[in-house]
Amino acid sequence: MKEVVNLPVDSIEREEYHINMGPQHPSTHGVLRLVVTLQGEIVKKVQPHCGYIHRGIEKMCEKDTYQQIIHLTDRMDYLSAHINNHAVCLLVEGALQVEVPERVVYIRTILDELNRIASHQLWWSSFGMDLGGLTCFFYGLRDREKILDIFEESFGSRLLHSYYLPGGLMQDIHPNFQNRVKEFIKYNRRKIKDYDRILSGNIIFLERSQDVGVMSKELAINYGVNGPSGRGSGWACDIRKKYPYAAYEKVEFNEVLRTEGDTYARYMVRMQEIRESMNIIEQLIDNIPEGDFSVKMKPIIKLPAGEYYQRVESARGELGVYCISDGNKTPFRMKFRTPSFVNLGVLDTISREMKIADLVAIGASLDLVIPDIDR
Amino acid sequence: MAFNIYDFTTFTQSIDKALYEWLPPFWALVVEMTIIGLVFLIFYAVVGLFLVYAERKVCAFMQNRVGPNRVGPYGVFQTIADFIKLLMKELVYIKNSDKLLFNIAPFIVIIASFMAIAAIPFAKGLHAIDFDIGIMYVVAVTSLGVVGVLLAGWSSNNKYSLIGAMRSGAQIISYELSVGLSLLTIIVLAGTMQFSQIVEMQSTGWFIFKGHIPAFIAFVIFLIASTAETNRGPFDLAEAESELTAGFHTEYSGIKFAFFFLAEYMNMFIVASIAATVFLGGWMPFHIYGWEGFNHIMDFIPPFVWYAGKTAFIIWMMMWFKWTFPRLRIDQLLTLEWKYLLPINLVNILIMALIVLMGWHF
Repeated sequence: MKEVVNLPVDSIEREEYHINMGPQHPSTHGVLRLVVTLQGEIVKKVQPHCGYIHRGIEKMCEKDTYQQIIHLTDRMDYLSAHINNHAVCLLVEGALQVEVPERVVYIRTILDELNRIASHQLWWSSFGMDLGGLTCFFYGLRDREKILDIFEESFGSRLLHSYYLPGGLMQDIHPNFQNRVKEFIKYNRRKIKDYDRILSGNIIFLERSQDVGVMSKELAINYGVNGPSGRGSGWACDIRKKYPYAAYEKVEFNEVLRTEGDTYARYMVRMQEIRESMNIIEQLIDNIPEGDFSVKMKPIIKLPAGEYYQRVESARGELGVYCISDGNKTPFRMKFRTPSFVNLGVLDTISREMKIADLVAIGASLDLVIPDIDR
Repeated sequence: MAFNIYDFTTFTQSIDKALYEWLPPFWALVVEMTIIGLVFLIFYAVVGLFLVYAERKVCAFMQNRVGPNRVGPYGVFQTIADFIKLLMKELVYIKNSDKLLFNIAPFIVIIASFMAIAAIPFAKGLHAIDFDIGIMYVVAVTSLGVVGVLLAGWSSNNKYSLIGAMRSGAQIISYELSVGLSLLTIIVLAGTMQFSQIVEMQSTGWFIFKGHIPAFIAFVIFLIASTAETNRGPFDLAEAESELTAGFHTEYSGIKFAFFFLAEYMNMFIVASIAATVFLGGWMPFHIYGWEGFNHIMDFIPPFVWYAGKTAFIIWMMMWFKWTFPRLRIDQLLTLEWKYLLPINLVNILIMALIVLMGWHF
């Protein structure tokens, strides 16, 4: 017969309570899997498991020519496809020391900023949705649609553009482009006030986001969390200011910085960045110089043997492209330093001892794009 | 048999009398109960389906969408089509789940909301049972629903469901207090718990106006607390879809899911009915003292239209909350209740008692 023993409380075997957030979960926006260790509602540890959408883009680059690589970069961070293309184009142009026409530089800058606005709008939509405000989702998508329409008119595609080529653009912009962009800016300045009214000033939203997931400046630098997330912690890390490329030297804009480092700061940085992007576009849109939309490049591009690195500011942070060329038509090695992957690293540190609901808010405020993590 | 849309008393009583004349008392009671049960079942289904449709339309308009517009004119048959689909769906059984509790849970939830309808006065003389402890009965019965939610979460063998159920338990037990206390404020003013008398007393003015500021505070608190009690946004932590996928009903499929879904809307209907009855005068028309012509016009509108209008207004308010506010966190939810609503409520009752004692109310 089994003897019944009254065990003291301490000797009871305790198991950690794990839950799998993802790969199919509404708040991970893709196939990210987070193994969360919980104690009641409190998050003790977060282990991200990547690789569910790994497509081997870096390896595929080794078999492709530089023009083909452009099309692969679209698929990394699909929300800032132009900016990804831009990075590779700048790398190739820099390596070959090709001067692209001023017109191309201007158009690229405008499109990058439009892309940044579209990305931030989608982020705002999904951020609101993650906090339970479902109406935000539709507001954000409605306004983002206008940008996609402008893209569609000029070059046919809405999400994965592949519009930039080494040496210029695929084709010239549509004659309507300037007018439509100006209309959009006017429209968006009105609508962004709605964004503030429905979410930014809401008492529940403030409660949910302030002092949640605080990331100090040191932590941001240690983990390399840059982009809007890092700037929310007061780290001045805008590539557009530090290592200017394209037309960013010619325009005046502020680097948005906040010092709190919490979810609210990261939110406000992005909201302010939408406004700054609109300022940049307004400075450029009337001054697009006349000229060619591309320079003549050789059909087969061969980079001189050597190592190259090019960085651009994507909507999520620094996108770095590192390329080793052995003089052939394909690179020997291509490496992308994608912002989402780096930013994911800090998720565990800043969400410990927070609630599950906070983990969702923090994850949303880092603005992770899963194909950008896995590549 | 006199049928009068302003007063159903004679109509219902003549049916009752006729039944007792034709049949022995026991069978008369059985027939009566069957009729009432069937009427409520149909009513329940119709109101549930209508509310689902209404919510989809309201949220669609708030979100720059059109909402359902394909099945029938303006999509009115959309929810019926959805429920037929849910009826025909396979019921998925979960490995290692507690089969008995898993199957019982949706029924408990739906029975709890079904029972509460019995006590609600829809028009003069049109309610199933006129308890002398009507309010207490409704509060007691509606809070049974949490048992179903807890069982659903516990028996599903799913970690998300369990977290959702535990949240729901903490939430409903807390907010039950505020619901009870805010209704108690009005009971102090009315001096009765019987719904028919409460409505009757509001013929000279709705309690929200009669009871000065305390009644208004009680109304606001009731609205907040009852939104929380029905697990609706911004207090929908039990199913918080962006955190817990679907919370306690993650594992339910087909008609069992439909039960949870329907019960949520019926609970909303019930709390809106109680709010309308207790604070806004139920089926009583809106009267302004001294304006005889105006009062006559108001009297001309049938009572059940008044009742339905007030209920619809409160339901619309609850939908408005849900689609504009983000969700609270569990600790903030409990802080709101225990640190703010409960103390305010207790002071509010004292003030109301003082007002009643001094005879300061209208």
